[in-house]
Amino acid sequence: MRFLFKTDYDQDLRLVKHGGHVFWYGLLMLLLVASPWLLPEYWLTQLTFVLIYGVVGLGLMLLAGFTGLFSIGHAAFLGVGAYTQAVLVNAGLPFPLALAAAALLSAAVGVVVGLPALRVKGIYLGIATLAFGFIVEEVFARWDRVTGGNAGVHVKAPALGGWKLDSSAEFYFLCLVVAVLATLAIVNLLRSPTGRAFVAIRDSEVSAQSMGIHLARYKTLSFAISAALAGVGGALYAHMIKFLSPDQFNIIQSIDLLLMVVIGGLGSVHGAFLGAIFLITMPELIGIAKGVLPDVIGQAPGLKGAVYGLVLIGFVLFEPLGLYGRWLKLRTYLQVFPLYRRGMFKRQKSFQKSDRLK
Amino acid sequence: MTPPRSDLRSPPPRGGAASGPAEPDPRRQHGSAETADVLLSAHDISVRFGGVLAVNQVSFDVRRGEVFTLIGPNGAGKTTVFNLISRLYTPGPGGRIVFDGTDLLALAPHGVAQRGIARTFQNIELFEHATVLQNLLIGRHTHRRTGFWQDLLFTPAARRAAIADREQVERVIDFLDLAHHRDTMIAALPYGVRKVVELARALALEPRLLMLDEPSSGLNVEETDDMAWWIDDIRREFGITVLMVEHDMSLVSRVSDRVLAMNQGEVIALGTPGQVQADARVVEAYLGSTQDLSGLRRQP
Repeated sequence: MRFLFKTDYDQDLRLVKHGGHVFWYGLLMLLLVASPWLLPEYWLTQLTFVLIYGVVGLGLMLLAGFTGLFSIGHAAFLGVGAYTQAVLVNAGLPFPLALAAAALLSAAVGVVVGLPALRVKGIYLGIATLAFGFIVEEVFARWDRVTGGNAGVHVKAPALGGWKLDSSAEFYFLCLVVAVLATLAIVNLLRSPTGRAFVAIRDSEVSAQSMGIHLARYKTLSFAISAALAGVGGALYAHMIKFLSPDQFNIIQSIDLLLMVVIGGLGSVHGAFLGAIFLITMPELIGIAKGVLPDVIGQAPGLKGAVYGLVLIGFVLFEPLGLYGRWLKLRTYLQVFPLYRRGMFKRQKSFQKSDRLK
Repeated sequence: MTPPRSDLRSPPPRGGAASGPAEPDPRRQHGSAETADVLLSAHDISVRFGGVLAVNQVSFDVRRGEVFTLIGPNGAGKTTVFNLISRLYTPGPGGRIVFDGTDLLALAPHGVAQRGIARTFQNIELFEHATVLQNLLIGRHTHRRTGFWQDLLFTPAARRAAIADREQVERVIDFLDLAHHRDTMIAALPYGVRKVVELARALALEPRLLMLDEPSSGLNVEETDDMAWWIDDIRREFGITVLMVEHDMSLVSRVSDRVLAMNQGEVIALGTPGQVQADARVVEAYLGSTQDLSGLRRQP
């Protein structure tokens, strides 16, 4: 068990708080940097997908997990980013510029979608974002001069001047850099007044307002950041897939994204990446299971959906804190062994809040 | 019936009409009223929820540096007055709330805190899934010195601001003896401590006016005693004006300078705690009138 002796306020601000962090995160970074040489091509591709979905997950985590606003149309932002990237890169723009444009355009769309969020809450916000998702998907299909419509559009490899990132290892490093920067940005926000304002809005709007937090501004900001990260993820996704069609950004994609943050663990940065790992490895596991299971189940249509549904129900019932919560429990169990008690993570029921103001 | 004016000879709030004709008010006893300087002035505020007139033409002045308490039976409209000052509700036409020369009704709800008014809630509205320290730091929001981009990059300026905020928060933690709970999640704290954390969060804002909505509700005798000491210290040492709603009359008498009694949305008495407690209408509001015994009669 580790006891931290704090002698300086700076210690609470540092991102790496002790030697354990240095060692484990250092090891993780080392492995991530070395993986193009360690992993076979196929698994490197899967790892790249994990990083891309992790970036999108970070954005959705900020919105749903830290600001308490749910979006069931997040695939739309992913799509806006992806199509912006495709159009601009195909037009010959260097990819960093296209990436920035994808992030900005998604953020702008996020602000527009954020406006109803100032008026509607909870399930109604879900419905509004769901409708928005359908509208954007329809726009991708109909606006065929730009998006190629249902026939789709091919995306060129990212290029900067004469330098082309066409090998999968190079593209993997691009995704790794973007993912690390996005994580740093989110972690920085969360240790500063902006992030605390988001958390305040999540936990009690009335109280946040009485503390001087401008609800409209911060909710819009949260939507914008979330959409920008989804846009960046979408831009990388466009290069990864190399071919875009509107049905890649449908409701199923949106639900996958939401599933990712819920299963990863709402309200934790780790959860975004754990959820991304879940989302990418699950089809693999299902694929393996298909070979083992009897044909009646293994070859049944909709197996993936059923498994996802069951897993989600399982998490909501038994581990609302998600994969990250499970990891915290495991870590605490090991740290305090053999003193772990079952009730350690139980919280007492919250007191009745005043519903007079809601 | 005309509602009693709290402080007739105080200067009228800036930018508005004078506060009506100066009728002598038998309840007003404080001789220092002319010189005392008014921090918050509510004038003729009314609010209606459907058919219920929750607050009816209430006027009062809170003087700088005093502890001013609103009392009254349940449903008297005390918390509604708080919510009107916090701008969660908007009073009907004709009402004015002026804080230190600023018209509060012209501000958005978040602007009230920026002027230096902090409040607590009757049913505790803390940020449950955050630690005590984080809750107190959110209380520092109106003092933030960094913008979004500085936060995003966590520049040296952001780091300095974070440490400055932390130092201020630590002062509050010392004052209210919360060091033991600093890194505990609110959801894991007992009720009594939450009440103190809410007071701490309000103090972290460095307010000029502190509004406490039933600070002693749900507290045991020792905790209430602590609360009384703290309220006294807040006023004496920090010079913060306190406006509170409270039911515990021993606490009210101990800390308040002046008490305003309300019943059914109207002001019924104003004065020192002793005067208000002795007021016939206050006794009637709490205990019922001696003339009307119909409520006591056994129903056939």
